[in-house]
Amino acid sequence: MEQPLLKVSNLFVELEQHRILEDISFEVGRGETLAVVGPNGAGKTVLFRTLLGLIPYKGKIEWIPGVKIGYVPQRFSIEPDLPLTVAEFLKLKGGSPKEIETEISSVGFGKEILNQQIGVLSSGQQQRVLIAWALVGNPDILLFDEPTSGIDIAAGETIYHFLHKLQVGRKLTILLISHDLQVVFQHATKVICLDREQICFGPPKQALDATTLARLFGVELEHHHCEHHD
Amino acid sequence: MIETSLLFILLVGIFVGGAAGFIGSFMVLKRMALVGDAFTHVALPGMAIALLLHQDPMAGAFIALVIAAIGIWYFEETSRIYPEALVGIFFTTALAIGVLITPEAELLEALFGNIEKITPVEGVLVIALSIVVLLVAYIISKKLMLGVISEELATSIGISKRKIDLIYLLLVATTVTLGIRFVGTLLMGALVIIPAASAKNISGSLGSYYLLSILFGVVSAVAGINLAVLFGVASGPAVVLTSIFLFLTTFVAKKFFRGE
Repeated sequence: MEQPLLKVSNLFVELEQHRILEDISFEVGRGETLAVVGPNGAGKTVLFRTLLGLIPYKGKIEWIPGVKIGYVPQRFSIEPDLPLTVAEFLKLKGGSPKEIETEISSVGFGKEILNQQIGVLSSGQQQRVLIAWALVGNPDILLFDEPTSGIDIAAGETIYHFLHKLQVGRKLTILLISHDLQVVFQHATKVICLDREQICFGPPKQALDATTLARLFGVELEHHHCEHHD
Repeated sequence: MIETSLLFILLVGIFVGGAAGFIGSFMVLKRMALVGDAFTHVALPGMAIALLLHQDPMAGAFIALVIAAIGIWYFEETSRIYPEALVGIFFTTALAIGVLITPEAELLEALFGNIEKITPVEGVLVIALSIVVLLVAYIISKKLMLGVISEELATSIGISKRKIDLIYLLLVATTVTLGIRFVGTLLMGALVIIPAASAKNISGSLGSYYLLSILFGVVSAVAGINLAVLFGVASGPAVVLTSIFLFLTTFVAKKFFRGE
């Protein structure tokens, strides 16, 4: 059996004497998409920050040796007058000019955006530049913290379209925090439900049953497809 | 005192101004301009203690600045007090103590600089150390800038922001020590901050921002020294007023060309 790309066992995180994550265990294989769901304050972003080594923890986090991680944070607040072009931003990660051009076109931009100041781009455009940033260096796994947070629905759908294309085209492993259950059912191969402790883990259709959703969000939720009638 | 020519002083000024401009470019983007300015005042008690002990005041300034740099770095990570509050409390205290214990004859030049005190040996040392500061800052510039933009992004590619921040603060301490002879402890912060703030007014890319910060630092130092010699005034205020003139010019240019 292939070694998982990431294996987390009995993870505990405390911040300022408050327990944020309690006994979390899961694993992700190559090419899988793991969605992390849970209410606000459930510890989803803390989980990502812990996986990146930003927060001390107890338990085990085992990345496959030599793994390359691409990370897209939830917030990317940049001053509009920051003297930094898109090309310079991508170069900070060590990308060659050719690689930068490839990745910027893979997120649907033309070369002309490379000379624009990053601070003047819209939130949706900045999010796509961040995805290009994450792709520089040819990562094995991408961590997305609510990639559509703060951007409009159309731009959000485009971002998920990119994610899906990336996963299929490059056989990337994706870890994704999302509040959108539609996206989780559509794109994730596995889901982990958090509310400080681990509520569920498994394929979305099995893991996200009505009882689990009610426990997570405190109301009866039912996942269904909307039909439009003209 | 060994006499030094104006040309040599200008040469030293070019290197100090360039190093201050480059170091300042990060300080402005890190939004620590005020912290950095107050930080430079710590040099004064260091100089005073060295003078009282009959040691080189520049060595005293450097030691005090290094201790302060490590202090800022440590408290930023471990204290719940905002760094600005820490700076307000400790560094202004340091300035007050420095003014009290600095021998009166040395006080004015410690505060505002005196280029006549630069010996050839000191000048050569200042040039060499300026080159070291520029080189080290260039080497860490990508990591430093990434930490400015997003700590999470920096950490996600294995950059230790803490380590880079400490190296940067030590570079600031070194740069301030190098510039004290020119502009004094009270105004050195201005030579670090104003050229970069001027460059930010008119730069659209990181490359041009770095270059203009260095250029404005050099122009401020060279023009300021010439003005000081020409009008027989202290070099510190002359250098700082030149840099303020550049800032106002770029500020107007920004309003005019970008319509902001």
